[in-house]
Amino acid sequence: MLDYNFHWRPVFKSLPDLLAAGLTTLEIAALSMVLGIIFGLALALIRMHMRGPLKWVASAWVELARNTPALFQLFFFGFGLGAVGIHMSPYVIVLAALSFNCAGYLAENFRGGFQAIPDTQIRAARSLGMTAWQSYTRIIIPQVFRIVYHPLTNQIVWAVLMSSLGMLVGFRELSGETQALASRTYRIFEYFAVTAVIYYVIVKIILGASRLLSARLFRY
Amino acid sequence: MEPTMSFFSGFQPSDLLYLAEAAWRTVLISVLSISIGTFLGAIFGWMMYEGKWAAALTLGPVLDVFRSVPLIIQLVLFYNFAPMIGLNLDPFLSGVVILSIYCASLVANVARGGMEAVGQPMRRAARSLGMSYWQDLRYVVLPIGGRAVFPSWVGVALGVMKDSALVSVLGYVELLKASQILITRTQEPLLILTIAGAFYFALSYPISRYAATLEKRWAS
Repeated sequence: MLDYNFHWRPVFKSLPDLLAAGLTTLEIAALSMVLGIIFGLALALIRMHMRGPLKWVASAWVELARNTPALFQLFFFGFGLGAVGIHMSPYVIVLAALSFNCAGYLAENFRGGFQAIPDTQIRAARSLGMTAWQSYTRIIIPQVFRIVYHPLTNQIVWAVLMSSLGMLVGFRELSGETQALASRTYRIFEYFAVTAVIYYVIVKIILGASRLLSARLFRY
Repeated sequence: MEPTMSFFSGFQPSDLLYLAEAAWRTVLISVLSISIGTFLGAIFGWMMYEGKWAAALTLGPVLDVFRSVPLIIQLVLFYNFAPMIGLNLDPFLSGVVILSIYCASLVANVARGGMEAVGQPMRRAARSLGMSYWQDLRYVVLPIGGRAVFPSWVGVALGVMKDSALVSVLGYVELLKASQILITRTQEPLLILTIAGAFYFALSYPISRYAATLEKRWAS
């Protein structure tokens, strides 16, 4: 039935390259998460507290990020902006597209988190003499963080998985590196099988670390 | 001066029809995959719920793999693996197979969550009224649990619709692949990507809004 000879040797020989590319994947996922959290928080606060053009921009961002494919967003940042003279390296394209996408999804999570905290808590904090900044950073944010912790973890996993789209714009993260190596040796299945295992391990490590961290953070 | 021949020709009205046809193919592959995936996922979810540790040891990890490996890697792996076992699948069928399994692995979690959302007392009451196990599932668990997880299911379904853009890497001419083909001919990436994005948005946004209003109505 199976008359295909597997050749794993070239794959194992290039395992160091693959693992190095795996670090690139982690790096871009982590960076896009940081940017996604900053922008997502800003988008959520703008959509909740502001009116006018800024709110429209924020709403358009969130809805576009959530209602179009990530691959489309990647092409838009790559080819679309390239047409109007904005040329970016594959690294920046992937980072921009991933951050754009993450910010949109996280904004909705943050908004849900903020709405779960009753308004009365802000008033209570303010009447105890806290400044607006203090009541946000000491009362609201810690509670919101607890609510969005699990969605945040899921989003990190999504960022890792989504960064694999980088191979379609020539970015040499784990998938891009795998494709480059595979097309050199024609061992496509073997290479991608090993890459799949690496992705699986990365995701499991992230989920495990998140569980350990949450056990420490949310003890009480 | 004789007119210069050009490989490139501008965007024509007929191209809009071409994109619309491609959008239809996106709908086709999505609806097919979501239907099969939801059917399988509901069964898997039921097995995960009833199977306890036996399912947690066997089915759980298998489904987990499909959630932890990037979809694009799954597609490339399956497309290269199928011929080895004598299956000659075209890109469309390969896409349907992988998208369905991917969808099923996500729906399984949703379905299990829905079954867990129905309280034990409710189910005991149903059985005490003389309902059989299957009647209990059909007339008690499905309406109550189904409502509880309907919004998450819509989220999964829309996610699969957007992820169907990845089948373009196998060469299936859906919306995103069609726009790439047009970009190559017309050299107008910004215009064509905007139209393609508008198609995706038009498919996804109304459904997500409808699900959100349903969720609100059921919550009150």
